[in-house]
Amino acid sequence: MGLFQKHQALERHSLLLTVGILLVVAVGGIVEIAPLFYLENTIEKVKGMRPYTPLELTGRNIYIREGCYTCHSQMVRPLRDEVERYGHYSLAAESMYDHPFQWGSKRTGPDLARLGGKYSDEWHVDHLRDPRSVVPESVMPPYAFLSDNIVHFEDIGDHLKTLRFEGVPYSDEMIENAKADLVAQADPNADYDDQDALVARYEAAAGRKGTVIVGDYDGDPSRVTEMDALVAYLQMTGTLVDFSTYEADDLSNRR
Amino acid sequence: MSDKHTEIDAHSGVETTGHTWDGIKELNNPLPRWWLIVWYISIAWAFIYMVLMPAIPALPGFGGTNTPGVLGLSDRTLVAEKVVAMNAERSVASQRLMAASLTEIQNDLNLQQFAMAMGESAFGDNCATCHGAGGRGAKGYPMLADDIWLWSGTLDGIEQTLRHGIRHEGDDATRFSAMPAFGRDKLLTSSEIDDLVQHVLSFSDRDTDASAAAQGSTIFAVQCASCHGVNAKGDRNIGAPDLTDAEWIFGGEPADITASISNARNAHMPAWQDRLDDPTIKALALYVHSLGGGE
Repeated sequence: MGLFQKHQALERHSLLLTVGILLVVAVGGIVEIAPLFYLENTIEKVKGMRPYTPLELTGRNIYIREGCYTCHSQMVRPLRDEVERYGHYSLAAESMYDHPFQWGSKRTGPDLARLGGKYSDEWHVDHLRDPRSVVPESVMPPYAFLSDNIVHFEDIGDHLKTLRFEGVPYSDEMIENAKADLVAQADPNADYDDQDALVARYEAAAGRKGTVIVGDYDGDPSRVTEMDALVAYLQMTGTLVDFSTYEADDLSNRR
Repeated sequence: MSDKHTEIDAHSGVETTGHTWDGIKELNNPLPRWWLIVWYISIAWAFIYMVLMPAIPALPGFGGTNTPGVLGLSDRTLVAEKVVAMNAERSVASQRLMAASLTEIQNDLNLQQFAMAMGESAFGDNCATCHGAGGRGAKGYPMLADDIWLWSGTLDGIEQTLRHGIRHEGDDATRFSAMPAFGRDKLLTSSEIDDLVQHVLSFSDRDTDASAAAQGSTIFAVQCASCHGVNAKGDRNIGAPDLTDAEWIFGGEPADITASISNARNAHMPAWQDRLDDPTIKALALYVHSLGGGE
């Protein structure tokens, strides 16, 4: 009897029970989640992270739309074999501008967190058009239609604005010039002033050189296709952070 | 349900809970003892674990981070230690590999096996995606298992290509040349390109339109010979392929050759020196060298 019998009151009133469950789960949630918002070591302090350029962001949206994350993770775990195969383990800082992040949990295909720069643009185009033409044992479906889909980017500025609302530091200048930046990055023969402006804007945000690549990604300079955008995104994944500024031994970087 | 309920079930001798459904009563058996013990141990273990491992966030005096735990363990320092240990394990053989010349390696069975094993596994993940398993190549990606080399087939030459890539932006030592897009940039008309294709086909002894090929031969001498050579044997200094053999990286059919002349093929291979360490690059060079046509 006594205290241990009191729970019978909860068990008999469904509403009371629901409120009780909610309170208990909330305690767990607050203890586990809330500290992440004010702990200093949640996100490592590293140099090089910048918001996605409009073209990369468009590619990222295609990556999400096509469900690439259902077969590919973007998370190199701190295990010897993974570090040896894919490169440096992923840092929380590398996902700080991701809404939503693409860590994934299933690896039917390889991890893509450090894919940027590993293969040539031509390879990505060949592989996306017909994966088995270059990797015979692949089970990946073909995405040849991306080369035929022209990117409609009238609303790209709004995408940037929305992300700024979520905390990504896009400047007014970046939002104003979003359309011009998108076109400039996909065509190496475009207006050189536009290209320089794009590179200057985003490299200033990154705080280091060489983080913005301008190129005709899909081999068709006459138009901006979804293939251009997706390859631009894939070619920059995992390339931003300057790992010479990362100190794994620092107490605040310990996990 | 009443607090004073103490009915004992006659059949089992166990107290009932007092709950009754259609005349069936619920026994109030105690929890199995082994289960209860495991449960209490689990609770105790949670507290022990909290002390040993990183756990409580943002306590005052921890500099805005979490308690490091008495054991001071961290996945990130552990993996760094494991990588150091792995490199130490390999260092003896790696250092010998770095110091040895090609003939020394070819004469040392152990070293050769080490290099081949290392090279093959690195090739599988990094190179086979383009060049195919065993270096068999694919359309657009040169075969590495034959003795035809675009830039260089020597061990040093292969290592140079691996380190700096081909037409890799941002690498000053990268192998570089640029074929003009004769059609796209309107350097040649489409009928001139058709003639040129006939002439190129004649190098590999195929049936051609003789008069067109003759026209093409003059165009070749002016536009192409400076890189591909007067006899079309190519030039390794600038990665210009031999046009007289039966191997075609981008396809040897007339339509393929027309496309190559019109749009140019300036393929890109990434530089690997920032991604792979020195022993791995040397092992890869040895592996590629051994595939078929190392010089």
